[in-house]
Amino acid sequence: MRSGLKKKMFVAAVALGFAMALPAAGFAGDTIKLGVAGAQSGDLASYGLPTVKAAELVVAQYNANGGINGKKVELLIEDDVCKPEVATNTATKLVTDGVDVVLGHICSGATKAALPIYKEAGVVVMSPSATNPGLTQSGDYPNFFRTIASDDAQAKTEVDFAINVIGAKKIAVIHDKGDYGKGLAEFAKKFIENSGKAEVVLFEGVTPGAVDYTAIVQKIKRKGADAVIFGGYHPEASKIVSMMKKKRMKTTFISDDGVKDDTFIKVAGKNAEGVYASGPQDNSKNPLSTKAIADHKKEYGEDPGAFYENAYSAALALLNAIDKADSTEMDAVVKALRTENVDTPVGKIHFDENGDAVGVGFAMYQVQNGQYVEVK
Amino acid sequence: MDYFIELFFGGLTRGSIYALIALGYTMVYGIIGLINFAHGEIYMIGAFTSFIVATVLSIYGFPLLAIVVIAGLAAAVWSSAYGYTVEKLAYRPLRNAPRLAPLISAIGMSIFLQNYVLLAQTSDFLPFPALIPEFEFMEPVAHIVGSSDLTILVTTAFVMLGLTFLIKFTKIGKAMRATAQDKTMAVLVGINVDRVISATFVIGSALAAIGGMLIASHIGQINFYIGFIAGIKAFTAAVLGGIGSIPGAVLGSLVLGLTESFATGYVSSDYEDVFAFSLLVLILIFKPSGLLGKAETKKV
Repeated sequence: MRSGLKKKMFVAAVALGFAMALPAAGFAGDTIKLGVAGAQSGDLASYGLPTVKAAELVVAQYNANGGINGKKVELLIEDDVCKPEVATNTATKLVTDGVDVVLGHICSGATKAALPIYKEAGVVVMSPSATNPGLTQSGDYPNFFRTIASDDAQAKTEVDFAINVIGAKKIAVIHDKGDYGKGLAEFAKKFIENSGKAEVVLFEGVTPGAVDYTAIVQKIKRKGADAVIFGGYHPEASKIVSMMKKKRMKTTFISDDGVKDDTFIKVAGKNAEGVYASGPQDNSKNPLSTKAIADHKKEYGEDPGAFYENAYSAALALLNAIDKADSTEMDAVVKALRTENVDTPVGKIHFDENGDAVGVGFAMYQVQNGQYVEVK
Repeated sequence: MDYFIELFFGGLTRGSIYALIALGYTMVYGIIGLINFAHGEIYMIGAFTSFIVATVLSIYGFPLLAIVVIAGLAAAVWSSAYGYTVEKLAYRPLRNAPRLAPLISAIGMSIFLQNYVLLAQTSDFLPFPALIPEFEFMEPVAHIVGSSDLTILVTTAFVMLGLTFLIKFTKIGKAMRATAQDKTMAVLVGINVDRVISATFVIGSALAAIGGMLIASHIGQINFYIGFIAGIKAFTAAVLGGIGSIPGAVLGSLVLGLTESFATGYVSSDYEDVFAFSLLVLILIFKPSGLLGKAETKKV
């Protein structure tokens, strides 16, 4: 009899234990767990710590307003020192702790190493700073998103603009044979070819400092290009633009951040009029950006560090998606991220099918009356 | 065919640009056998001088023609002064030293002048005003040959003819030829060799300065470094044509300019320099003294 009671109590205790354990696995508990992973110590800590602060501020704000659908948001902060081999451990630890979504990682290498683990566990990850193009474009990680432009985003911005806004069908891609210019030109070429809407009629490098560019300009004309995308810096750009004007050409000239410089306008003078150049997006007029920075100053008494606005935006985007999806399931969150627009310090954003934020990164500017004006 | 003509004129202009600088190289070499590496810098100083003068004059509202003439003269005088001084300070003391010594001295002068302008002026690119106007009558063919192209072509032709005349038919020209042939003998027959050499530097520098003004106006920008690349190309052209020969420098420059233009037009601008220098190597294999250079015979 006594032993029978003991046995019964044991079974009951085990059953109770299971019963208590089950909801934690099934319904994600009473808090939403936002993981923050990245370098928080070591050489690259300055890249990762602003993200932690951004997450703290956003989460505090959400919780002050009653959390998401009645649930408070809880932060799980883990350090990966920006090392791929540490990042896998970080990811495993977060997944074991039952993380719902992760803000991170900071470095592209660490992010890449950690992603398969999150994918396996069905956790959505959003990086404020990993710029490697393959992370999104490879299509390997449907759970990955980012609020920073990838390394090739500038070329993408230029190509999209040339094809969709200018309506160019034949594009000449010219570069200055340098790392920056040629790298950009190669991405541009790839994007034009993949778009199927325009063709690359010329892909060539010019020698910086050469006395004149008549021959290359005539070649552009002969190939019938209706737009030129130039990768390089302003001295060459102003020579090419001036020569094109001398040859009475009306070809649209599109260039990059190396040309979006007032020196270009000063040197090329009236020939600069109408030239397009891509440059980093200007957030300074966005009230959310101003607020995010002001909050940081108030809370921590200093200006925010690297990727702060991107991280702030990523935290907002993640929590907003969970709110809209009313779930922390990967598929629902992913769907919400792609469809729901959210106001963030980097602008009103949603994400494309690769996971890149639409409307983040580079904007197009045009020289109008002697200064660069953003083209909407 | 149109394309060919466009490339041809593009090449001619580029060749003429090289020629205006190459003439100075070749004159100095013809007389004292020195490769004056600082010549590109004299060209750059000419461009800067004309830039400063033209900017000041345009503030006072001078007419364009007056600006061009005054800026050109000022640049020529100023650059000549530099050429004269460089020769006197850096080359004359080494006149009887082994040939390598003045060469190193020339490279030193080149670096010195570049950095001097960098410090005294700026490291930025400066917008050079369009001193050559767009001629009305050129408008129908402006897509092939521009007004500044034409001006450079014509100037180069005149300069070459003028120099040839100077050397063949004037007293100083005769003295130059004598000095080039045999310096010691020239001294013995009463030629002031130092003065002849100075005159050569002055003329070469003045030409480079005029070239600097025209080319900068054509390109529309200058900085302290323009002399180096232009100088290297002009030097190549002078060697190609036969260093020491006046028509050779012009011919070499035109050949180089046309090669680059056609290489870019029909092959790829990535290989522009490859073609230019392959041509140089080829010509020097078959004609070691250049297209119009005289084979140097050792004087015993």
